[in-house]
Parts: sequence; C-alpha cells; structure tokens
Amino acid sequence: MKAAVDRLTQKDFESEQEVRWCPGCGDYAILRSVTRALADVGARPERTVFVSGIGCSSRFPYYVETYGFHTIHGRAPAIATGLKLAQPDLDVWVVTGDGDGLSIGGNHLLHALRRNVGLKILLFNNEVYGLTKGQYSPTSRLGTRTPSTPGGSFDAPVVPGLFALGAGARFIARGIDVDKTGLGRVLEAAHAFDGAAFVEIFQNCIVYNDEVFSSFTSKERAADTQLHVEHGKPLVFGEGGSKGLAFDSKTFSLKIVDARERANDVLVHDETNPTLAQLLLSMRTPEFPVALGVVYRNPADAFEKVFYAKHPTQMKRTAKVADALRQTSTWRVK
Amino acid sequence: MIHPEQPQPESIVVRFAGDSGDGVQLMGTQFVGATALAGKDFGTFPDYPAEIRAPAGTTFGVSAYQIHLGAGPITTAGDAPQVLVAFNPAALKVNLPLLERGALIILNTDSFTSRGLAKAGYDADPRQSGALDGFQVIELDIAKLTADAVKPFGLSKSDAGRCKNFWALGLVQWMFGHEIESIEAWIRKRFATNESVRDANVAALQAGHAYGETAELAAAIPQLRTQRAKFPPGEYRGIRGSEALALGIAAAGELADRPVLFCSYPITPASPLLHRLAQMGAHGVGVFQAEDEIAAVCAAIGASYGGTIGITSSSGPGIALKTEAIGLAINAELPLVIIDSQRGGPSTGLPTKTEQSDLYQAVYGRNADAPVPVLAARSPSDCFDVAIEAVRIAIRHMTPVFLLTDGYLANAAEPWRIPDLDAYAPIEARTVDPARVQQGEKPIFDRDPESLGRPWIAPGTPGLMHRVGGLEKDVRTGHISYDPANHQAMTRLRAEKVASVARFIPPQRVEVGAEAGDLAVVGWGSTYGALYQAVQQVARTGAKVGLIHLRYLNPFPPNLGELLAGFERVLVPEMNMGQLATLLRDRLDVRPVQLNKVTGQPFLVSEVVAAIKRELAELSGAQRKPRAV
Repeated sequence: MKAAVDRLTQKDFESEQEVRWCPGCGDYAILRSVTRALADVGARPERTVFVSGIGCSSRFPYYVETYGFHTIHGRAPAIATGLKLAQPDLDVWVVTGDGDGLSIGGNHLLHALRRNVGLKILLFNNEVYGLTKGQYSPTSRLGTRTPSTPGGSFDAPVVPGLFALGAGARFIARGIDVDKTGLGRVLEAAHAFDGAAFVEIFQNCIVYNDEVFSSFTSKERAADTQLHVEHGKPLVFGEGGSKGLAFDSKTFSLKIVDARERANDVLVHDETNPTLAQLLLSMRTPEFPVALGVVYRNPADAFEKVFYAKHPTQMKRTAKVADALRQTSTWRVK
Repeated sequence: MIHPEQPQPESIVVRFAGDSGDGVQLMGTQFVGATALAGKDFGTFPDYPAEIRAPAGTTFGVSAYQIHLGAGPITTAGDAPQVLVAFNPAALKVNLPLLERGALIILNTDSFTSRGLAKAGYDADPRQSGALDGFQVIELDIAKLTADAVKPFGLSKSDAGRCKNFWALGLVQWMFGHEIESIEAWIRKRFATNESVRDANVAALQAGHAYGETAELAAAIPQLRTQRAKFPPGEYRGIRGSEALALGIAAAGELADRPVLFCSYPITPASPLLHRLAQMGAHGVGVFQAEDEIAAVCAAIGASYGGTIGITSSSGPGIALKTEAIGLAINAELPLVIIDSQRGGPSTGLPTKTEQSDLYQAVYGRNADAPVPVLAARSPSDCFDVAIEAVRIAIRHMTPVFLLTDGYLANAAEPWRIPDLDAYAPIEARTVDPARVQQGEKPIFDRDPESLGRPWIAPGTPGLMHRVGGLEKDVRTGHISYDPANHQAMTRLRAEKVASVARFIPPQRVEVGAEAGDLAVVGWGSTYGALYQAVQQVARTGAKVGLIHLRYLNPFPPNLGELLAGFERVLVPEMNMGQLATLLRDRLDVRPVQLNKVTGQPFLVSEVVAAIKRELAELSGAQRKPRAV
C-alpha cells in the first residue's frame, strides 16, 4: 500500500485485469486518457468509483484500479445517484454508451442530468450496439444498415449533447477517443466540475461501425472539421484559425466567415450561454465543423449537496427511536 | 342485535361511511384514539376508493372506516358491523349488505333527496321500500344539526358542512361512553391557525355529544358499552402498519449504527411509508424519490454499495419493474430490503384493495436461480419487528430481502405495547481484519461460515479497491469468471446462503389451538387476525385444530415440516389463488386444502370458521369410513 501523500502515476490506476476489448477499439485510447487524467488530477484510488451499465464501454471499471461497479443495462446513473447520496465526497464516474445511456437508460440519464448529481458521466458514442453484434443504436444516422436494419435505419437519431442540454445538464463537453490532448483537457474539466458533468466521447468501433466519425476525426481533415472551443476565445478553426463562426441574426443560425477578413464578426465562446451551446452542439459535417471541448459549463449546486443541506440532520442520527415510539398519545396499563 | 339492556358485549363492530370528501377516515382515526384512551382493544380497516374525489354521492366514491372495539384480544376489524353511520344514500347502499342483521343504522337524512337517491342508484327510498326492515334506524338531519351548531362562527355553507363528521363523532363518542376532551385538544392543535374552523369543529363535536345526552332524545339513541380489554402491564400506543414499518426501519438503522436511504417511487398503497420516513431525518433516515421504480431500487443498491442501508418499497406492479436490479444485488452480494405493499392484480388491478398475491413474485420472480429470503408481517405492530429482522438478515447474509405487507396492514391500526429497544441485539456487518489489509490481502469474499455473508466494504476504504457487478464472479477472488465449474459452485453457494437463514430463525410454533391433531390452519401475512379468531373459536369447542402463521416464507423454519406432519390435514387460507399452498407442496411435499379469497376484502372470521368446520366434519367422516387411497 502506498502512503496517502504519494503522487500516483498513470500506472497506479491500471488494474491487473486483462483488457478484453477488440484490438484497435477506441476504448483503449479512452482508458489511457482516463488513467492519465486520474493521475494528473491527483485522484485517490480508494476515493474513486467507476459505475457502468452494460455494453462494451461498461467493461471499463474492470480495468481501472479503483472501486468499480459493473451494473445492469442503462441503470448506472441511478445506482451512482444512490452511491453519491450515501457518500457525497467520493469521485464517482459513470461510464456508459449510446445504447446504454440513451436507449434503455435514457430516463435515468435525463434525471441524473437535470438533478445535477455530482457524477462525471462519460458517454462513449460509437453509434452502434457492439456487444450484441452490430445493431443500429439511437445515435445511428438515418439509413444505417445493420443486421436489424438491412434496408437502413429510418428513425431519427438523438444528438447526445442536445439531449443533455434539453435535460438541464450544466456541463456538456465532447472529445475524440484518440485525441489525447483534447480528451485529457475535457476529462480534467469534468473532474473539477461540481455537479453532473456530461462528456460525449466519439469512439470508433473498428468491427461494426469503423470510421463512422472519420469525416472529422481523420488527421488530414482535422483542422477544417474540428472546432476546439475555449471560453472567452474566438470560435475559429481551419488552418491557422482562418475560419470563424458568426451569428446570422436574420436566420438565427451560425454561419462560417473568413476569420481574418471579418475578425469582428467572429463569435467569442461563452460557455455559460445555453443558446450558443445549442447552436454549437447542432453543428454537423460537412456544412460545419464539429464542436469539441467544454461547450457548456454553467455551475449550480450539486444534488447531493442540496440533499444534505436540506436534510434536517445531514443524515446524522440525533434522535432516539425509543423517543419516537412515544411521540403520540400513549397510555399505561398496570 | 344490540339491546341497551343486554349485558355488555365483549366487542362491537362500528362502520362509518360517506363520500370520500366527508372526512370519514379522519372520524375513524379520531374514534380509534378515544377508544384506546378508554382502555379498549381495537382493530381497524380503512376502506377507501381509488379515486381521490369521486363524484359526490356515487357508490364508487364511498369511503368507509371500520373499527372493532372491546375486550381483547381483538385481532381483526370484525366481520359484520353492528353499527353503521351513513352520511348519504350511496354509503348506505354499499354498506348495507355487510351489516349484521338487526344492526343500528344512523342515517344523515339531509342527503336523502330524490337526487341523492338517484345518484346512489336507488329506485325507491330505502327508508320506505322495506330495505331497512329488521334494522334499527335512527334518522338525523346531521347536516342541519351541524349547521345550527356552527352558525356563530360565520363559516360558508360548504365549510360548515365539512364539520358534520365531528358532529357525528361527538354523538358516537357519547353512545360509547367515551370522553371528547382528547379529540377537542386534537382539533385545537390541528386547526390552530384557523380560528373559525377550529371553533366550529369543536362546537360541532360538543353539539353531537350533547345531542346524545339530551334527555328527551336519549331513549332514541342507544348507549353502546363494551367491556374493556385486559392488556398485559406496560406502556401502550396505537399503531398503523405503515407507521410501524417506518419506525422499524429507523430502529434497524439505529441497531446497525448506519444511515438509511429509503428510495421509492409513489404508488398506492405503499406511499404512506415514503411520507412517514420523509419526516424521520433525525433518525439518520434519508428519502430519495426516484424517477421510476427501477431507479428507486437502483439508488437503494447504490446506497448499500456505499455502506448505507438501502431500502426500496413499492406495490406489485412496481416490484415487477425492480426485478432485474434485485438480481444484481444478489450477484453483487449487497444488502437490500424490498418492501412490497401488496394489492389486487394483475397489472394495475385494484390499487386500494388488499391481496396476498405477490408471494410467487417474491419467492420465484426472477430470471435464473436467484433465491432471496422472504418475510411477511402479520399485523400493524408486527411490521416493526419484521422491518428490523429484514435489515438484520440483509446485512448478516449480504443479500436482498423481501418484506411482504399489504394495503390492509399499511392502513390498519391496533394498540401496541411499546417495545424496549435495549432488548434488541445490535445489527453487525462482517468486517475485514485491518491487519490482513496491511499485509496486502483483499478478503472481499471471505465469507462467514454460518451465514455465507461476505464483508460489507464500501468505497472509500483504503487498500480494498475491488470490482463487483452482475457478471458471474470467481467464488474465491470475485473476479469475472465464465468457468463452468465455478458457475455451478456460485449458484449452489447463493442457494445455500439463503437456506442458511433458517439457522438463525426461531422454530415455528403453533399460535393458538392444538399443537398436533386433526387440522393445521397455515397462514401468512395480514390474514393473521381472522385466522387467529377463527381457530381460537373452533379450538374452544375442543376440536384438534391449530394455527401455524408464518413470518418466514423463504426459507421456511426448519421444523415446519415436522410440525405439519403432526396434523391429519392442512388448510391454507390466503388472499390469492393458492400461492403458499404451492410453496408448501414445492418445499415440503405437503398437500394442503386451499381456501382462497380475492375480493379485495380481508377474510371474515366466519368464512374461516366455516372452512375449518367443513374440513373437520369431512375428517371425522373419513375416519368412520375406510380411508380412500
């Protein structure tokens, strides 16, 4: 056992269990970013818990040397909420996927977000059901051909970030599985956030949905298709920040402008503005770049904090049941 | 029939009935309080409609409250009421068939208009049609008498009308020789902030009481006197099932010295427990109203994983939704108590009516081999002890535990000798020896050899980081394991763990009647009162009949088979189509005779007596004849 003052390394957060994702799966990169972030923020393994549901992503807790609870399909946010009420000071991470978090568990995710429970929720979005062998998921784009949709899917997908915003989330961020720097920054911000931190991670499923995000994740196209937002900085992208986002007040929408010629028109990112967040989260390739980083951060009291503040005794036992038994009219028989 | 000149009866059954907005439930609970203070035993049965405010005057909007009071032991709310107070024609129509022949009926005549009669579905006024022949009927314009009494306080007509339950209560108090001071005190406290309503209700209560006393009318209003109960010495209070459950949960937390997180989703008839626990913060109890039934059980599991006592509660349909998560708690070996306030089903069924039809769901209702201990409370006060026992088993064996109660128990009330909490053993979780952790060991699944319970290790504990979950785990290390022999071993272990509960429970005893002989009546849950009275009644005649009432339904007490073998025949009365009967056949190879009732109403003592007599008669006939093979 290490003494509590030791600075832990990434290695200290890697469990001894053999990792069993498919070779080349984006989950490996995410795991590395998470363990690195844990070391970087000075997390304590005994104070850290990973709670997951069901799916490829939900294997995550086995591979982290912290406390872990691999629960049932879709219910991780509910279980993590109970844990957070029992022990509000723990660092609780929820690992879920697009099927787990937005299909079977959509209701719990909605409520964890609107309650602002102090959970770091990592949603690995690969737009497919991997563990059950490749059926389309609620984030699959229209026309996605899978064993269950041989003619292509025909129900409109949900956009995770917009769902979170609609649910009342107060922290919404995005990262790409293999983007060490961007994802690392997002994970550290999520860790520091006091409340529900929702992080969508674009994760490549090499077996069932390979390259589904390549329109913006490939290195060659990254500059033109990724917009890394930063609070207080202009919303620019492209080679050397050549392009910028401006607001078209006539159509109440975003437009792309030449950032050098029309620098004054380029919007500056305000992470507390939900309207801007909605516009940014709605952007899709090829018309727009994809917004990455902390898109929305607007803190409010975390649910567990309010729960304890409102609880008459902060969950402490200050009265005796023997007295409670007599808090009514009683009579004696001799 | 009640005659004032007769010697005092042992007990009397009274029923108040009116519109769901008439304040009948309040009248009933206040009458019960006064009954307790008068030193009488009691049993109650609130019988209210599913609609919050059904259309006034209709039969489906009738709310009733039945009280059985007198010398003890009173274990039921009574079979047929001997007194009915009916506030409108619908209340009369619904309740008339329940009454004992010759019962006393007090009618509020104000509502016996052609409109009121039509709404109740009466073609003719029952007062003239002969429908009330053979009953003692007292007609009073309670609405007008109340209005006269509260006139000085300047209430609106509708507010004045709302005082009529207290007028009627005043009259009933006089009839039973109960004082009204305690009720007055309650009104003054309850309506402290609204002077005119407070004074009007007190005036109505006093006026009703005085009405009975008034000399020229005394002859018309009979005085009903019952014997007082002979209680063992001690300090007593009245208790409802939901209140006893809440106090039992708080007591379990105190005995375990851990906080309690009660996670629930509103559902009839389980919600009173949620409301009561929400007031018990000072006992280290927290309440979380989840977004749905699944989230409720999951949050409770999360709390237990975090070292807090996680409890969830619902009724049948909600329990069905929790099923998968209960399997998770079994696999992860976490303590959890699931309280099921049973109601009529299937599906939404009869939300406010009582039934015992979730026994299969509790014992068998999960995917795979997934056993859990199942307990049932038998009376309102018994809920206290069963709640403590459920938490004790959950922590000792590290398992989910089912606690079955029902709509009847949740709302019924009885007197209760306040228990001495110092007499209860502390609830202790298995822990890990810190010396072993120092040496780098992780004995996460180092089980107690007797209970097979593992240590309860919450996140935050240094040196014991580990993973649990729904996947099968290695019997020794707890790591994921798909090994065939290991799954066999783990499945067996889970079964043995639940079976081991039997080592810790007291032997089953005969509650009343013969220890062996002709007929064993075997029951569980809230039928206790009716079965007790019925068996006692028949046993007094010298018949060899005994009552075996089960608290532990899974596993059974180890001596149950032997006990039943001492009887010629087994009769199982239950409010379902034979679920305990199935369990007895399954576990003990007993072939019981069934008595099943699913009307949403509790058993009447008379129904059980008739069944017992029928079985005894058949047995004596069979003994004369050569036994059929």
